[in-house]
Amino acid sequence: MSLMNYVYLAIVLFAIGAATVLVRRNAIIVFMGIELMLNAVNLAFVTFARMNGSLDGQAVALFVMVVAAAEVVVGLAIIMTIHRSRRSASVDDANLLKL
Amino acid sequence: MTGTAEAVLFWIAGPTMVLGALGLVFAKRAVYAALSMALVMILLGIVYLTQGADFLGVIQIFVYTGAVMMLFLFVIMLVGVDASDTTIDSLRAHKWFALVIAVGLGLLLASSLSRAVFAPPPPISQMNADGNVAGLASLIFGEYVWVFELTSALLITAALAAMVLAHRERLTPKPTQREWSRRRVHENRNVAGLPAPGVYARHNAVDTPALLPDGTPSELSVSRVLAARHQLSTPERYSSATPGEAEPSAVGSPDDDARPDRGTDPGTHVGTDDARGRGPARGNEGDDAR
Repeated sequence: MSLMNYVYLAIVLFAIGAATVLVRRNAIIVFMGIELMLNAVNLAFVTFARMNGSLDGQAVALFVMVVAAAEVVVGLAIIMTIHRSRRSASVDDANLLKL
Repeated sequence: MTGTAEAVLFWIAGPTMVLGALGLVFAKRAVYAALSMALVMILLGIVYLTQGADFLGVIQIFVYTGAVMMLFLFVIMLVGVDASDTTIDSLRAHKWFALVIAVGLGLLLASSLSRAVFAPPPPISQMNADGNVAGLASLIFGEYVWVFELTSALLITAALAAMVLAHRERLTPKPTQREWSRRRVHENRNVAGLPAPGVYARHNAVDTPALLPDGTPSELSVSRVLAARHQLSTPERYSSATPGEAEPSAVGSPDDDARPDRGTDPGTHVGTDDARGRGPARGNEGDDAR
């Protein structure tokens, strides 16, 4: 089995995450799609690290995880704040900036 | 090229991961989406472990499935489990456009990456010559030390931001029991408090409405939340039962109304959602208002 299979798996997961972000309206599920995309990129990083025989890819993947965790915390807090004021978790209902 | 064991693991974990990810797109409820996402995260951790990324694999399972996905589940719980999608598309054929874009993105990435030529990969043992954790640590605290410092600043900022966003100021002082009672008397509505839920020979949980003197169930005696969720029981199930069938454990004596069942009955916690609205009005009632 070629190591490229891992890369193709990462691509498939990334595309599914993108489809989730585009299709779903529930802000929480959209957020999970973003997480899936970040994880797919992490898988690609780990695979490329193995292809190159160095640990740099894994270090970068670790930093991606840290940034993703910080993003989740802030994003979920924003979703909760919007839900508190607008009683909805749908991304279509958050239209306060609309003219 | 990899060994047979890794190929077997890949062909088990890979399709399962894709199925879990597809569950994210197609699941009706957010809880199912979160659980299939947790499945994907665990399998990703296992794949990392087989790829020689020991530290990342463990961190993936701990941080993602343990912390991040459980945080998602908590937020789904707070926002409402049944907060499902709006199904009206603002754009016609929105879904098909989105799917075409996603598939096109995947094809573009795959076609461009399939042309890349890589040198044959060195064995994992060479990459982890002085241990995966030690090697990663020498990178993080050596070459990438400034990135590491920046992530600490980022994490502190994110924690502060979450606290600020989740904090809610109480704008008005919390009404005391005395003020609730004074307001009830002033408005002359439900002066003695709201009626207690029904107490029947075989059942005294809060999901069963009490009966009014004319035999109709009293809407006021049960929590609005239960009514909205269609979790109410009908009094006919219990009021028509013959006394001989009553179980000794479920018998409530008729004179001590519904007071003792608050807090002791396992069904009580369901109704505490609207404790702010109704709780104080019910807490100090000595008798029902019928």
